[in-house]
Amino acid sequence: MEKIMVCLKRVVDYNVRIRVKPDQSGVVTEGVKMSINPFDEIALEEALRLREQGKATEVLVVTIGSADCQQQLRTGLAMGADRAVLIESDHDVEPLAAARILLKMIEKENPDLALLGKQAIDDDCNQTAQMLAALWDRPQATFASKLEVNDGSLRVTREVDAGLEVIDVDLPAVVSSDLRLNEPRYVKLPDIMKAKKKSIETIAIDSFGVDTTPAFAVTEYAAPPVRGKGIMVDDVAGLVDALKEKGFSL
Amino acid sequence: MSDYRAPVSDMLFAITHLAGLERINRLPGFEEATPDLVEAVLDEAAQLANEVVAPVNEIGDREGTRVEDGKVVVPDEFKTVYRQFTAGGWAGISQSSDIGGMGLPYLVGLAVEEMWQSASLAWSLCPLLTQGAARAIEEHGSDALKALMLNKMIAGEWTGTMNLTEPQAGSDLAAIRSTAVADGDGYRITGQKIFITWGDHEMTDNIIHLVLARLVDAPPGVRGLSLFAVPKRLIGTDGALGERNEVWPVSVEHKLGIHGSPTCVLSFDNAFGYLVGEPNSGLACMFTMMNHARLGVGLEGVAIAERAYQQALGYARDRVQGQKPGGKSGVAIIEHPDVRRMLMHMKAHIEAMRGLAYTAGAHLDYAHHSPDAASRDRERARLELLTPVVKGWCTETAQSLASIGLQVHGGMGYVEETGAAQHLRDARITTIYEGTTGIQANDLIGRKILRDGGQALRDLIGDIQATVDGLDAADERLTAIRDALQTGVGELTAAAQWLAEHFADDADTPGAVAFNFLMLMGTVCGGWQMARAAAVAAGQIDAGAGDRSFCAAKIVTARFFAEQVLPLAGAYRAAIVTGAGTTMALDDEQF
Repeated sequence: MEKIMVCLKRVVDYNVRIRVKPDQSGVVTEGVKMSINPFDEIALEEALRLREQGKATEVLVVTIGSADCQQQLRTGLAMGADRAVLIESDHDVEPLAAARILLKMIEKENPDLALLGKQAIDDDCNQTAQMLAALWDRPQATFASKLEVNDGSLRVTREVDAGLEVIDVDLPAVVSSDLRLNEPRYVKLPDIMKAKKKSIETIAIDSFGVDTTPAFAVTEYAAPPVRGKGIMVDDVAGLVDALKEKGFSL
Repeated sequence: MSDYRAPVSDMLFAITHLAGLERINRLPGFEEATPDLVEAVLDEAAQLANEVVAPVNEIGDREGTRVEDGKVVVPDEFKTVYRQFTAGGWAGISQSSDIGGMGLPYLVGLAVEEMWQSASLAWSLCPLLTQGAARAIEEHGSDALKALMLNKMIAGEWTGTMNLTEPQAGSDLAAIRSTAVADGDGYRITGQKIFITWGDHEMTDNIIHLVLARLVDAPPGVRGLSLFAVPKRLIGTDGALGERNEVWPVSVEHKLGIHGSPTCVLSFDNAFGYLVGEPNSGLACMFTMMNHARLGVGLEGVAIAERAYQQALGYARDRVQGQKPGGKSGVAIIEHPDVRRMLMHMKAHIEAMRGLAYTAGAHLDYAHHSPDAASRDRERARLELLTPVVKGWCTETAQSLASIGLQVHGGMGYVEETGAAQHLRDARITTIYEGTTGIQANDLIGRKILRDGGQALRDLIGDIQATVDGLDAADERLTAIRDALQTGVGELTAAAQWLAEHFADDADTPGAVAFNFLMLMGTVCGGWQMARAAAVAAGQIDAGAGDRSFCAAKIVTARFFAEQVLPLAGAYRAAIVTGAGTTMALDDEQF
């Protein structure tokens, strides 16, 4: 493979306790730690390992979002990506619009493989990789937990409901990573310092001529209801009665 | 065992708003230390500390270390962590880039150091001492000596130790008996050293021991001490490692805490060594290490208290016990007011200590990198004044905080498996090594206050007063903080004035009041940093910047410190002005 394009998303760090804004228009992100979406980080780690094994020559990281996303691209560069591109947008971009934009990037960069996380931990959509493969009209292998490169194709182990499924896909292709694909590396201090000096290419989202206006309007965000206190029942019959009372039926 | 999550938000707040990162970023040599880079560095260090270093802390405590066949054995996990640490390039974070370091400000290194210390104090001592030894060689060693060992030490490929103490020479270094005899290009060192932290191990190929010893015909006392670099394995002129040098671990101590850190008795038997600096100037060279090391140990007080706090907080959230007044039963103990008091007491002190330690670290950067000599001198005076306060106050406070952390657990805290007891045991050494609290207090009174006629202290009091005057009197959020700090700085001023008038009343007066003076200064300086933090937080809330919840908590925490801790300043002042009085009044026989 020549080039791998890894797509990253900036999300609220998984350690942060999510708080809803008082006006319920979204979740609080001001002053909150932001990180690369963990599944995307796994995708990047896989790309870097393929390059280190000599099975790819260049790793490009791409993200869509505000100028703040440079922080996550820098982390990607510190991990070892060769180049970084920020497609700058001042509004949220939904999965279909993101896939259309990424397709434009693919047409521009001609990667042999597009690697994405299976979903982002903010909206949990799990759609972008599948939509991108369809738009690109290339094979897809989602929920990957193992990747082997063969001549012109990939053997991908996928995590499916029934267990593991192994499929071969011709390159170029789209792969989305699952949790067990690898464990991302710890970034080295000298690499953080070097990444600061690398340049990040910025492209305005409008320049692609794709309509990215959100198709959905969010009415409100709300915190999940606080879990009520449990009750103790004496026996199975009591449990069945209690469930029926709550409206559950077999 | 408990998890550790590096408190990156509070660290960044202290670095940015209390220590003044932007000003440091403007100093020549620190152009790369921009806020975004520093944040990235802290984030990545936090991952390593949380996920890799912290889990080995309990293993080190349980397994300890031992001597086997003339070698010290430490837990395998420590070795793995050390490899990952050096491979990540973290060892020389704030060493100059000319000699293979990363060239970041000492302030940034300090925050990262706090993470290693919280994650595993016993393990963190090895890299801490190595970098201290490297600094002494960098400042005082010959070019040839630097070429031979400095890069290896800064990369952490070799570690370093400090060899001062002998059985008869503890705090009193004048009693050191180890000898050095000239031999060709070097010297032959003979003697026995005790309490040598990480004095031997197999984590690296070589260890450089910095040893205080007496040359033949050297004058008696501390003016006859010279400093030597003694490698564990001899080094060829080409840098290749040769035979084992005659320095051997005799035993490791069985200690109250930091079990994972081998505290060695080292025997030097005609061991080959290199002179560092001029003959008979060993103590001055050693002090280069010690000033850094004293700030570093003060930081250990912050770090261990933070770990104890996180452990106590986790337990207080999980443990369901008792009921709230008014009937709500089955509540987590964090809802009980007395548990809250303990957690607030810990949180407020830790944030104040962190603010003070980081601010002192920033003065070190200014003292070395400010372009003009006058400001370098001013910064150095402030650094030297604050160093014994950071070391003494932060470590003394850490004792009570680690103890309170255990108290939050109730009976479970007294059980070793819970993990709270380890922090209490580990914390206990910090008021002892690198100069006991008594030594720090005497250093503060004698060298840092009386020697310059109280000038550095007056400058500090002036700065604290300026903070009080700068707090918006109309801002109700800050009123209590302003009033308490005004009272506190008044107590410090009164005590300083009393000291100036009475220190010569009796030869015992300075020593008798020194501890209370150190604690008074720590309390007021801690309150000062919290007041500064509250003012910044209030400003951020008003501007709609930053994390609102964090800023609101900062103001409340600062008020807690002002209302419940700063009043201690009056008690310390009251004790100080009794002088040597009753402290020295009894005859020895009356005890």
